[in-house]
Amino acid sequence: MIPEFGHIALVIALCIAVLQSVLPMVGAQRGNVAWIATGRPLAHAQFLFLAISFGCLMAAFLQNDFSVEYVAKNSNTALPTMFKVAAVWGAHEGSLLLWSVTLGLWTSGVAVFSKSLPNAMVSRVLAVMGVIAVGFMLFILLTSNPFDRLFPAPFDGADLNPLLQDPALIIHPPMLYMGYVGFSVPFGFAIAAMLAGNLDQQWARWTRPWTATAWLFLTMGIALGSWWAYYELGWGGWWFWDPVENAAFMPWLVGTGLMHSLAVTEKRGLFKSWTLLMAIAAFSLSLLGTFLVRSGVLVSVHAFAADPARGLFILIFLGIVIGTSLTLYAYRASSLETQVGFTHFSRETFILLNSILLVIAAGVVLLGTLGPLVFGALDLGSVSVGPQYFELVFLFPMLPLLLAVGVGMHTAWRSANPRELFRRLRWPALGALVAGMFVPWLVFGSVSLLTALGVTIGLWTVIASLIDPAKKLRGKGPRITRSMVAMQLAHLGLGLTVLGITVTSAYTVVTDEGMKPGETVDIAGYTFRFEETLPVSGPNYEAIQGVFTVSRNGAELTQLRPEKRVYRVQTSPMTEAGIKAGWGRDLFIALGEQLGRGAWSVRIQYKPLIRFIWFGCIVMAIGGLVGISDPRYRQRARAKAAADGVTATA
Amino acid sequence: MTPRRQRMLAVVVIFVGVSIAATLLLRALDMNTMYFFGPEEVLTGKAPLDKPFRLGGLVVNGSFKREPGSLEATFEVTDNVARVTVSYTGVLPDLFTEGQGMVANGRLREDGVFVAAEVLAKHDENYMSPEIAKMLDKKGHPGSPMDTLVEDPT
Repeated sequence: MIPEFGHIALVIALCIAVLQSVLPMVGAQRGNVAWIATGRPLAHAQFLFLAISFGCLMAAFLQNDFSVEYVAKNSNTALPTMFKVAAVWGAHEGSLLLWSVTLGLWTSGVAVFSKSLPNAMVSRVLAVMGVIAVGFMLFILLTSNPFDRLFPAPFDGADLNPLLQDPALIIHPPMLYMGYVGFSVPFGFAIAAMLAGNLDQQWARWTRPWTATAWLFLTMGIALGSWWAYYELGWGGWWFWDPVENAAFMPWLVGTGLMHSLAVTEKRGLFKSWTLLMAIAAFSLSLLGTFLVRSGVLVSVHAFAADPARGLFILIFLGIVIGTSLTLYAYRASSLETQVGFTHFSRETFILLNSILLVIAAGVVLLGTLGPLVFGALDLGSVSVGPQYFELVFLFPMLPLLLAVGVGMHTAWRSANPRELFRRLRWPALGALVAGMFVPWLVFGSVSLLTALGVTIGLWTVIASLIDPAKKLRGKGPRITRSMVAMQLAHLGLGLTVLGITVTSAYTVVTDEGMKPGETVDIAGYTFRFEETLPVSGPNYEAIQGVFTVSRNGAELTQLRPEKRVYRVQTSPMTEAGIKAGWGRDLFIALGEQLGRGAWSVRIQYKPLIRFIWFGCIVMAIGGLVGISDPRYRQRARAKAAADGVTATA
Repeated sequence: MTPRRQRMLAVVVIFVGVSIAATLLLRALDMNTMYFFGPEEVLTGKAPLDKPFRLGGLVVNGSFKREPGSLEATFEVTDNVARVTVSYTGVLPDLFTEGQGMVANGRLREDGVFVAAEVLAKHDENYMSPEIAKMLDKKGHPGSPMDTLVEDPT
């Protein structure tokens, strides 16, 4: 019965979402207070029924109800409980349900944390989010129902894909979806503002904390995915320019631009139409990402079995959402001219440069991601775009962007004095340049131009973020507000990530070897000795464990125990790498296959500074967290009074 | 300069800049685009000799050879029409087995052997690369094990 309850709850949630997308919107357009007031309760009700539906699916997993097709395909009695929970979103149907629940959570969140906003505005936002919810729930019910029954029910399930049986599955998809779907809030605010024809600075202030929240979840979601791929999937790679990674990365790039341009719109009333466009683009790219992942049109490690009906549905939905919002934009954007001026050398210019370069970066990624689709559609053959394309073209917008970050954050609003700025930044910049050229050379013995440039830019961003806090510590310098701390932390994190990416890419040492127990391999000053292999046994798998002793200059450092696992249900082999993590470097061993005569193929890697990549992302996300904690966003009574005054006169 | 001329100049500069950027971008895209070919295309000379490409197909049963203790492996790949020998040195992916689909990046050597730089296999039991599925579909393959591998979720 429980699956049927879940199904019915989902249908009820859909009906509520239909009401939610109509009643509050009509109410707001006609000024009908009673209809406007339906927005919040409908949002909560929708979320409640989605949560019930989600809970029912989870219950089906926990009870091993293999009469539900989705459970039978993705679970097994021997599957550990935590993976049964995570298996709910381990495949297509359930992950779409998670998408909808996440959207419900955000919608409900907007209903709760918008007490200071005019009710008409909130009801429009909720209605827009309701439309999106309708689209996704229809999609689930029509093409991918997770509650479909299987008859006859199998005795046991086909088990969760072994690749997914990892603690990261519990946290990576929900984080990523919180980010992805979270951009529906700024999107909703943008559409609502355009419908109301009332786009003042207040609008930007409301939108900012929501955007930052979505952004910080997306940052963490992407970082977690990269880390997971590194230790589980990628044989030590941490980013593959895979279409699905790009699908999450493009909204991140545009979302980052959106946060910056929102800051200008809030503080200075500028770039209004550009900000609107970015808000539309960020969410459209999230939808496009969902299309790429769920339709199976692209060759990807994340692709599930392809079904054209699903792809077509999302494509049509995507067309409607993007088409409608851009049409609305075309009608409204021209009325948003502002008279406020700024000079060529000011923070406004730098932020404009930032968002343009981020959009270009997203654009080149989009070109490389969709290129193969275009080729396929024109019947020009099946092609794929290699990572070399992305690595090359991504540098062109990113290098100037990263150079500008350190300068931009020290530039005053309105009009800055270049000479004074030069005087202030010349020593830190020179320090970064000298360190960037010589430190890699001293540590690693060689340095290329690009590496020196990367390290310089990374160090420069780190140093630039620390100039003001360092002054503060010595009791000098201006007062540091919370939003400045947020900015400094986020940029510090960016600098650390850039350092990690540059050094890992330049100085990683990889070798594939055929090794027998007793043999040793030397790389990057470390000696890896293959001791023996042991049979080990897990809850639902058997494995062969390789035992490796790592030593440096004759002193034993650690033992690494990579495994080759065979899961009992899906009998495919799985590689579990042995990793010794450290701030300065990771040592990585993965066991390949048996080569005969007792030998194994082994991949051994030395990866300097790789932890900086993800640590930097954590620092960025903390910056976002500090930003949204700014009490400025919670001045309820005053803002409410002001805003209601505005709507009354409008 | 009059404001009108200034504007004209700005338009020209932006136009030229965008054109150069677009040309470089498309060149980068073109240089790093790898086509997908099956063994039949390779044998009939459709696949390039001077450029890397991706070769896809099924690993022929019994064709996998490796000197004991060595990382060098050779195997044959088929689309049920033709066969191409692939040579690869390194660790093979977990799900690489005979009778299953694989895609390799690499170049064709003059002697007709495909030297792979990277070998990819399907990553779960039910999944098969859409490219291979489509290719086999086109060429017809009665009784091939691939029919059962492409899962129909509806």
